[in-house]
Amino acid sequence: MKLLGKDLGRRSFLNVAATAAVATSGPRAAVAAAGESVASKFVPETPETARRRVQQQHLPNIPLITHEGKEVRFYDDLIKDKVVMLNFFYALCGDVCPAVTANLVEVQKLLGDQVGRDIFMYSFTLKPEADDVLAIRNYRETFGAGPGWTFLTGNPDDMEKLRRAIGFTNPRPEVDRDTTQHIGNVRYGNEPLMLWAACPGMAKALYIVESVSWVLRPDTNHVQAP
Amino acid sequence: MYYNVFGEKVSRARYREMLRAAENRRELIAAGATSRRDLFKMGLLTAGGMLAATSGLSSRAYGQSINGGTNQLCLPNNQPASPPTTPWVEPLPVMPIAQRVQSLTPTPTENPNTAAGEVRAAPFQAPQIDPNRFPVVPRTLYQMRQRALTVTHSPQLPAQTVWGFDDGTHATSPGPTYRAFYGRPQLTRNINALPPATQNGGFGMPSVTTHLHNAHNPSESDGNPCDFYGIGHFCDQYYPNVLAGFNSDHAPNGDINESLSTLWYHDHRVDFTSQNTYKGLVGFYCLFNQFDTGDETEGFRLPSFPQFDIPLAFADKVYDPTTGLLAFDLFNLDGILGDKFLVNGKIQPFFNVQPRRYRFRLLDTGPSRFYSFFLTDLNNLGANNPFWVIANDGNLLPAPVQVQTVRIGPAERVDIIIDFSQFAGKTIYLENRLNQFNGQGPVDDFGPNGTSLECSTVLGTTVPSILAAGQGNLLLQFRVAGGRVVDNSLPPSQQTFYQLPSTAAEPDVVRTFKFDRLNGQWSINGQFMDCNTFRFTVQQNSVENWILFNQSGDWTHPIHIHLEEHQILSRNRVPPPLPAEQSRKDVTQLHPNERVKLFFRFRDWVGKYPIHCHNVVHEDHAMMALWHVLPQGDTVMTP
Repeated sequence: MKLLGKDLGRRSFLNVAATAAVATSGPRAAVAAAGESVASKFVPETPETARRRVQQQHLPNIPLITHEGKEVRFYDDLIKDKVVMLNFFYALCGDVCPAVTANLVEVQKLLGDQVGRDIFMYSFTLKPEADDVLAIRNYRETFGAGPGWTFLTGNPDDMEKLRRAIGFTNPRPEVDRDTTQHIGNVRYGNEPLMLWAACPGMAKALYIVESVSWVLRPDTNHVQAP
Repeated sequence: MYYNVFGEKVSRARYREMLRAAENRRELIAAGATSRRDLFKMGLLTAGGMLAATSGLSSRAYGQSINGGTNQLCLPNNQPASPPTTPWVEPLPVMPIAQRVQSLTPTPTENPNTAAGEVRAAPFQAPQIDPNRFPVVPRTLYQMRQRALTVTHSPQLPAQTVWGFDDGTHATSPGPTYRAFYGRPQLTRNINALPPATQNGGFGMPSVTTHLHNAHNPSESDGNPCDFYGIGHFCDQYYPNVLAGFNSDHAPNGDINESLSTLWYHDHRVDFTSQNTYKGLVGFYCLFNQFDTGDETEGFRLPSFPQFDIPLAFADKVYDPTTGLLAFDLFNLDGILGDKFLVNGKIQPFFNVQPRRYRFRLLDTGPSRFYSFFLTDLNNLGANNPFWVIANDGNLLPAPVQVQTVRIGPAERVDIIIDFSQFAGKTIYLENRLNQFNGQGPVDDFGPNGTSLECSTVLGTTVPSILAAGQGNLLLQFRVAGGRVVDNSLPPSQQTFYQLPSTAAEPDVVRTFKFDRLNGQWSINGQFMDCNTFRFTVQQNSVENWILFNQSGDWTHPIHIHLEEHQILSRNRVPPPLPAEQSRKDVTQLHPNERVKLFFRFRDWVGKYPIHCHNVVHEDHAMMALWHVLPQGDTVMTP
């Protein structure tokens, strides 16, 4: 229903934008001259390179091993072209992980057959030294995670790189090192659309489902009762 | 060929940045970051001995420093700095005044016009109260399209695609400034005309809801974070421009002492507000009345708008060193700092001023930085250059207060008067001297002489919470003309404004809100934001006290409450110390371990509103709660 907001064609968009630039930035000639000399110093960006930049900065293509013992790459196999939910856990975690994992089991039930088809769930161990394939498989089965939800371990350096890259960190070094205080959030994102956000892993399951649906269908309108 | 830590090809410039960052990091770790010499060598200390703000965006490793980045509380982060820019080469842009439209098609309707693509939660409340005073289609109409714009932030950076507001005449970011008047209701049609997400340049959600910050507005027109809409849809928002109390204890015109003046509008899309406001969806809304008229020859005789009354929107941002384009740390939970300082959409602009009084409306658009503003004369660093604070959060104080500095956090505003006649012929600067290294908030000042106890201990060197003159972030250059000019504004020492409304009334309910962080999850009273859950109900036209309690350790939270302003009754059980804090507020800074008690009257309107942290990164990560105002309230004390 696009009745009022029209997508502007590129040509008309540039015309309007040039007018706006003059209105806010002084003489047009000066802006144009500066633009030309500056352009040569930087790599031009397209939607494709913007997507690539997000990947380079945040989505390392590190090798990982699934709970089924399969070798995968983080970006290529888990993230690229997908809508995903990401969180961290470790098998012997006593407090926050069971709560979050049990909550995500509810989320998976609510999402139903969308998981593994439209939405992919991934849980990464914070303690790869302890959590081998068997450990994460057992953990997964203990909680009853269904298909489309993959648990992963890997090389400790790679796992640490991943944790930092997707921002499961605390600025206080001593807190950051303390795995009992690890970040309990769930990242959700749509990789091709470059839409990323996060919600608490202990938020209501229904609300987590709703949140991830926003990046699956960004045109969603939402109003609640007044 | 150059490769990053993922084995991917990168440019030579980027590779050099990576090497530098890696080397800094190694040195930091090897040195234990304790030696002053090492800090100096690494460029983290200036010749004056101050820690330099050389870094970008987040409190964690980012980009090329993914591999082994170290968390440090009291140091700039190891991440690429923005490309260099030369300050003071471009003039300060002043946002144009928003232009009205004669009519809207389709004509606005009291009930949401869903068939035409409108997304609004409920019918307009104002026409139901008084259809003559608040007609469904008021005479003052605006149509604002949120859309992509191409702008330049600096001549040394490429053209940037940002998101801004288009009133049909001007398309700018920050958006056009509304010039609104009490007694003149208006309606804005906000249309989502943003490009699809594939064209978002790496961040930004093309789904919006525009909040008018601090307006005494009915809930359906408030811009609630949970009432958002996609591309092609719109929302008609009714701004009655009416004083609080008009439909309750000060009928029919409201309480003049509740007059608002400097408001702002911004996107409030739940979970995506930080990205969308960083991308440019912000603007001013200046509200005038018979005293604060915008004309310096009448009323309070404040400097005339718009010539001598200038809104200033501050923002700190980071630019990617490879593309030179605006960059946003998508995966940050703590808060985001930039290393480039923009005023009204330009990095470090200059402003030619006359040697007379000006009113400036300073707004911190965030995302996460706090500012302590000073006037600095680089040729006379020892000078104290006083100015006048006249309004806090856009609300005129009982009388101007002369200060040497004023501090604001994200979403706060402060209106100041600078008398440039004392600087005729000189060049002076607006400088932020507040020391802040990450999204936690400014460094503490618990040490001797206003130094940071923790950072001084960690770094083994004295770390001031307020930097020395000229060592902070120079934000805006004033070039003051010589000679004498006409100034019909009244000297601030002779001005008085509104009285503070009484806070003596006994509260019907005292509610407590504990702001906490549990395993990185921001919470209020142990619960998280949920668009489907209302946590409590305030009785319409009642008095409440709210106690805000910061249990999150080291973090500072600027807490914002919609609908009604508040007054701070106490901070840690004593009255607020600063004269400027004895005022009407809509954002209160909640410092580590603080307990702040607020006074509210919730009047006139009913419906849903939020309370939230306005460090927009915390806000986006669930530090928000929804509540109602209804004819019957509840007494839940810890909602």
